Amino acid sequence: MFRIINLFFIISFLLSTKAYSLIEIDITRGNLDPLPIAVSPLFQNDNSKRNSINELKIENVGSEISLVVENNLKISGLFNPLNKEAFLQKPDIAHLKPRFEDWALIKAQALITGKVTIEDKKLKVEFRLWDILAGREMMALAFTTVPSNWRRVGHIISDKVYERLTGEKGYFDTRIIYVSEEGPKTARVKKLAIMDQDGFNTKYLTLGNELVLTPRFNPTSQMVTYLSYFKNLPRVYLLDIETGTQEVVGDFPGMTFAPRFSPDGKKIIMSFAKDGNSDIYTMDLENRIVERITNHPSIDTSPSYSPDNKFITFNSDRSGFQQIYVMKADGSNVKRISFGKGLYGTPVWSPRGDLIAFTKLHKGKFYIGVMRTDGSGERLLTENYYQEAPSWSPNGRVLIFYRETKSNDKGEGFSAKLWSIDLTGYNERQVQTETDASDPSWSSLLSN
Amino acid sequence: MNFSKSFRNTFLVILLSLIVSACATKKTTTKIEGQMQGDVYTGTDTVKYLADGVPDRVFFATNESILTTKSRDTLRKQATWLRENSSINVVVEGHADERGTREYNLALGERRANAAKDYLITYGISADRISVISYGKERPVDSGSNPLSWSKNRRSVTVKAN
Repeated sequence: MFRIINLFFIISFLLSTKAYSLIEIDITRGNLDPLPIAVSPLFQNDNSKRNSINELKIENVGSEISLVVENNLKISGLFNPLNKEAFLQKPDIAHLKPRFEDWALIKAQALITGKVTIEDKKLKVEFRLWDILAGREMMALAFTTVPSNWRRVGHIISDKVYERLTGEKGYFDTRIIYVSEEGPKTARVKKLAIMDQDGFNTKYLTLGNELVLTPRFNPTSQMVTYLSYFKNLPRVYLLDIETGTQEVVGDFPGMTFAPRFSPDGKKIIMSFAKDGNSDIYTMDLENRIVERITNHPSIDTSPSYSPDNKFITFNSDRSGFQQIYVMKADGSNVKRISFGKGLYGTPVWSPRGDLIAFTKLHKGKFYIGVMRTDGSGERLLTENYYQEAPSWSPNGRVLIFYRETKSNDKGEGFSAKLWSIDLTGYNERQVQTETDASDPSWSSLLSN
Repeated sequence: MNFSKSFRNTFLVILLSLIVSACATKKTTTKIEGQMQGDVYTGTDTVKYLADGVPDRVFFATNESILTTKSRDTLRKQATWLRENSSINVVVEGHADERGTREYNLALGERRANAAKDYLITYGISADRISVISYGKERPVDSGSNPLSWSKNRRSVTVKAN
């Protein structure tokens, strides 16, 4: 169906990068003062430009990569990439040794320079990160890969810069799997779709012949689990996005839904509905053993493991209304953790372990929020007419979710879009998709 | 730039919808009074018939799967029809409105379909003639975003399977 290009990165350090810097970014608070950074177009010589046109139909892949970096840094909300027209120094010269005064003049605090060559069907990229205030190099790296991987090179550079300046892993070399939506509300056609985190390279994984919902990545491999109404039997499926092979998960005599992988990638946890009652089950992907985790006459659904695989948070209406619960992974020690006003759903454990993100419905409004794993410290990040289903970026700093608009009595004006927001509650943005979209799930970092 | 454009559009849409709703308020209220009891739909707009006098669907209150008096009456009619047509099997489809999280609504739809199924069984229909499927909020019949539309979508529908 769709094959990931096998990629092979050789990362080598050009110079040792011991220098500590004056600039750093605090990402624990809403960043209202993003760091001014200059992203110089990566230099490419004429010979390489000709190869670039032959290989990629792109004249200046160096400029294109720098645009990928610039866009990533901008949407993170932590950086303010400066207008290239103001740059005084040419890319090739700046890459050798920047004139720090020139860059300081346009108020840049950090500078990214680089060089690309395409030769023998290989793309070689080197880049440097400079601290303008301290007047020194902070980092230098080189990659070699196939030319068609040029956007990923941009994402990896962004991750390296983010990590160097914030002290935390980035989230740019990642992908989003989601449900693409088209058509009127009463006859919506839904397909599985996957794209780079920045909205590029969209691929459709199903044709839209059957209803598909709630895809989720395996954090450790290129597998996806989702709900499909294939042959009108709603069941949880497992899909290998490299080979396109798929299979039903388990042999249940009824609807299975709300699937999610355990963080170690070894189990799928999901709901199984029988005789009007939904309980939580797991299936071990190695030995296919199915285990029942909850046994309660209420609805138990939307399960999500803690990153150490020891606990599970889930959604239940055992109190009479939808609330969030936490239990041990074997189903013991069930505790309700949501006690605020309204209904709570879709709990999902942060990859950092300290927070649970959720959807809240209160007085006709929907909120995306976070609370600590004992239910304390509830914080609502965004309020809207309809929004739900947050998914964490792999570094636990950003949430992606979907939002629907209200329609008029004829159903007009309806749309479903992906949005992201920082854990701080700042930097809310629409994530570009080719079609309407819902049920996003964020992958792990593809490279490290 | 895009952001301010979409903001402007949103603003326009809000403004327009305010004007429209201002004009429509009076009409809608009377319409709802005639077609809802509490927030359960009691009208016939979307109802189809399995046979003469046998409605195919029943409606539910928000977040509920309890059968109303009217729903039980409808299901008894379905049971009578099913007894008279013993070769027919049915699928009971459970549905929810759009004002709930997707996964919970799948479970809720399943609960509603089973409430209807259980009632049919009580009235003598064999369980193996009735299968259930939940569509959650995925298959609304009314695409409006208002209480009346939502009430039409909170339903279970009995459909011939053969």
